[in-house]
Amino acid sequence: MNENRLEGKITLVNGPVVQGSSMGAFKLNEMVTVGNKQLIGEVVILDGDKATIQVYEETEGLYAGEAIVSTGSPLSISLGPGMLGNMFDGIQRPLHKIESISPNFIPEGIGLISLDEQKPWEVNILVTAGQVLHGGEVYATVQETESILHKILLPPHISGTVASVKDSGVYTLHDVIVTLNLDSGGIYELTLMQKWPVRRGRPVAQRIPIYKPLITGQRVIDTFFPVAKGGTVALPGGFGTGKTVTQHQFAKWSDADIIVYIGCGERGNEMTNVLEEFPQLIDPRTNRPLMERTILIANTSNMPVAAREASIYTGITMAEYYRDMGYDVAIMADSTSRWAEALREISGRLEEMPAEEGYPAYLPSRLAQFYERAGCIETLNGDEASVTIIGAVSPAGGDFSEPVTENTKRFVSAFLALDKKLAYARHYPAINYLISYSGYVKLLEDWYKEHVAPDMLDIRGKMVKLLQEEEKLNEIVQLIGEDVLPNDQQLILETARTIKKGFLQQNALHKEDTYVSLTKQYKMLKVLDIFYESALACVKIGIPLSTIRKEEVYQQIVKMKYEVPNSQLYLLDDMMEEIKQSYAKLRDKYVE
Amino acid sequence: MIRLIKEYLKLEKVEGPLIMVSDVTDVAYGEFVKITVEQDDVRFGKVIKIDGNDVVVQVFEGTTGISTQNIAVQFMGKPLELALSLDMLGRTFNGVGKPIDGGINIASRHKANINGRPINPVARKYPRNFIQTGVSAIDALMTLIRGQKLPIFSGNGMAHNELAVQIVNQANIDDGEFVIIFGAMGVRHDDADYFRKSFETSGVLDHVVMFLNLADDPIVERISTPRTALTAAEYFAFDQHMHVLVIITDMTSYAEALREMSSIRGEIPSRKGYPGYLYSDLSTIYERAGMLENTEGSITLIPILTMPNDDITHPIPDLTGFITEGQIVLSRELNQKQIYPPIAVLPSLSRLMKDGIGEGYTREDHVDLANQLFAAYSHVQDIRSLAQIIGEDDLSDIDRSYLAFGRAFENKFVAQGHHENRSIAETLDIGWEILRILPISELDRLAPEMIDKYYKAGE
Repeated sequence: MNENRLEGKITLVNGPVVQGSSMGAFKLNEMVTVGNKQLIGEVVILDGDKATIQVYEETEGLYAGEAIVSTGSPLSISLGPGMLGNMFDGIQRPLHKIESISPNFIPEGIGLISLDEQKPWEVNILVTAGQVLHGGEVYATVQETESILHKILLPPHISGTVASVKDSGVYTLHDVIVTLNLDSGGIYELTLMQKWPVRRGRPVAQRIPIYKPLITGQRVIDTFFPVAKGGTVALPGGFGTGKTVTQHQFAKWSDADIIVYIGCGERGNEMTNVLEEFPQLIDPRTNRPLMERTILIANTSNMPVAAREASIYTGITMAEYYRDMGYDVAIMADSTSRWAEALREISGRLEEMPAEEGYPAYLPSRLAQFYERAGCIETLNGDEASVTIIGAVSPAGGDFSEPVTENTKRFVSAFLALDKKLAYARHYPAINYLISYSGYVKLLEDWYKEHVAPDMLDIRGKMVKLLQEEEKLNEIVQLIGEDVLPNDQQLILETARTIKKGFLQQNALHKEDTYVSLTKQYKMLKVLDIFYESALACVKIGIPLSTIRKEEVYQQIVKMKYEVPNSQLYLLDDMMEEIKQSYAKLRDKYVE
Repeated sequence: MIRLIKEYLKLEKVEGPLIMVSDVTDVAYGEFVKITVEQDDVRFGKVIKIDGNDVVVQVFEGTTGISTQNIAVQFMGKPLELALSLDMLGRTFNGVGKPIDGGINIASRHKANINGRPINPVARKYPRNFIQTGVSAIDALMTLIRGQKLPIFSGNGMAHNELAVQIVNQANIDDGEFVIIFGAMGVRHDDADYFRKSFETSGVLDHVVMFLNLADDPIVERISTPRTALTAAEYFAFDQHMHVLVIITDMTSYAEALREMSSIRGEIPSRKGYPGYLYSDLSTIYERAGMLENTEGSITLIPILTMPNDDITHPIPDLTGFITEGQIVLSRELNQKQIYPPIAVLPSLSRLMKDGIGEGYTREDHVDLANQLFAAYSHVQDIRSLAQIIGEDDLSDIDRSYLAFGRAFENKFVAQGHHENRSIAETLDIGWEILRILPISELDRLAPEMIDKYYKAGE
């Protein structure tokens, strides 16, 4: 298909970096095949006649003198039906397909394969001859999975008049279903798919200000550090602090339409776990398996490092494509540190001048380019849609001052810091409530007031303050013990403990607790608030804390997360009444 | 295609373990190289860089005695391969797979590239089978699962070797055929002897394959040792369908060898001088553990590393922890209190245990009990620091009961004999016994029915 393809020769091999000669006519970022095994690579430097190529597969066995062949296009992926429910490698090659070619272990030189080209799709064609179409408009739909309707969009930079149309019916990926007389002249054939270069963001009509939350069902996130649809979140934490479990909770329960999960340089078994678990989990909103809305990209830590660098772009491009159909998409990158390390490794092999800790000087700009592809937008087709990015960061030694964490912080608005000390105490999710922050609290204020309760964020503010006061008091307690403190300060400690045990700690493995609706979150918060106020009234008239603690109803507060099912929230209203009454009674008794 | 094997008789340069040959044609990246020094000294190497007609080769046995003119270099046209056969059982090899026990070479047509290939994540089977090690702290709180990679983070002079041997002797890896692969990188002679003697005494030597690269052996060979060991492990696990337990020690020496090589090659260093690819490199070792969906057999990997200066944030334990599925951390403090095994429970973790314990796997109370023990013992640390300031006498009754619990936890639960093999039921029962030191109101991680059944039952 490519008659005038160019050919160069390998002159240097150094790990994933290969250099070739007689390559003056190659383009920067062009995709090439390398050697007799036809490994996939990308041109990263052009220097006179020589070119440097980053190779996405293991380079062992390459000979100097073997051919480097051009493909004519930059590193691109195929966008069309067949992505949902699938797992791909860093350059969109389906891992199930690879498994059927070569069982168990991943070989080199399987070439470029992507979406299933044979699979028949029931296509519903929406346009008629003579109709004028602009970039981003929908010309056909496919029910990709039971929960997601795949809208097939005109590529963004194309517009024209429909010349011919096939009838709705069964087609495969490359069948031409519509032809277009282009405004710029010529004929354009539309199939079920289009190509898009991964390093370029897909265009939108305009950005819209952020206003609605991404609801995750995780109390510490939704209530304390909310995430917005179209927002950016960093999730830093040392090993063993629960980054992956938290990312999985995002993938399972957040109310996005589509989830793109990138396992970037992480453990193979974790991806296997997702593959086993997600088909069995039911999306609470659609009652369909979660896998139907999920795309997985896996470049596990032992897979070639250059493809790790590409995996992030492959993922975000898929996310943008579904966004352009009008969906809310959330993308989880676990972990962006591995991606940064891949940059560092390749940069080192290219003998570039290193900046901090060996990372290349362009690390911050690359991070910014990635996170800026998130956003709440209006599509070319006029729909509202969003891409939310949740990036895990694995700081070396758990030290947040290292370059990747530091630079990521500059480009994200929510920072959910995972804490080793909390994890050691098995306080999960181990999100540190003192140093985490969310810049979205203000932006989402109206939404919370309208959709949950007018006083939700006020009570949240109060609880945050209690936790901060507890921290201060703890310094004193460590010196002199708790019993010496005045009663009202002891109450702060007691309440903070209850907030932590009863509200912030959430059990991802518990049936009722793994996902909690916003209404339940609000009511639980309210219970805590009422307890604090009622107990404070008791303390003020001199009732000792030990008496307050003995009340039967107090014991129930910590357990409300387990004992009140999501379907019986009236129990929480009962509890609020009971707290008020029993402490009122206690006060009456004491005054007598 | 038959390729004529050419001999090159002159070197451009010799530097550390690297030699450079020029005017070479037809050489593959990663190719295996045979180097004959003065007619009778045969060494092996590997192509690590091709730049035009110049080729850089790293020599496994070191370059001592090599001059630019006394050698013959042959490029073998294939990567470094290990001959594999069941005859390997009971044998000892060096880091590139040459026998060093005086026995004959392994002859087999079945050969494999020691670098292996990544397991396709869709072909993996998620590990769920509990391995009982008989060590309470591990079984109850950081359960080992068949197919898991669970390292021991230790420090110099601590009892990691003893613990590894106890795990090897007691672990019920499989009722029938099992294999133990032991890889030693840069360990002392007496450590290697200790392992060999222990395998001998417990009568498992017929099931063991050893790959030894001792402290005074060449460092290039050290880099290939874990790869050779895991290639053998893959053969026994996925070709012979056995359950394989791999112990490799010491990963710190391995990483230091890698750093040494990197600096000789003039690469840009990242943290503490280690190369930027330390993470990817370690992962190509650790990720070879696991199980496959359509193939019987498993590789369970227990790497041992000594944390320099007992620092868990040092790059080697740090990057290891990001790849492995948990870690068993040993504590200097417990070691000094003469507690064996000195397992620091709080920073230790098994990521796979959540799917391999509880009803149907170990016992219904396991999950709750483990959570409660973790939470209570973590609280003990706070009370201890408080007690140091205000004295034990001024503590409240509850706080004092925590101190008692802490002591019992360390002395009865964590501590056990070198040959004491506790069943999971015994382990969990001891856990309940020590929890009874605490008042019932403190047990907030336990379901009420568990309290009724196990806590109250023993009263």
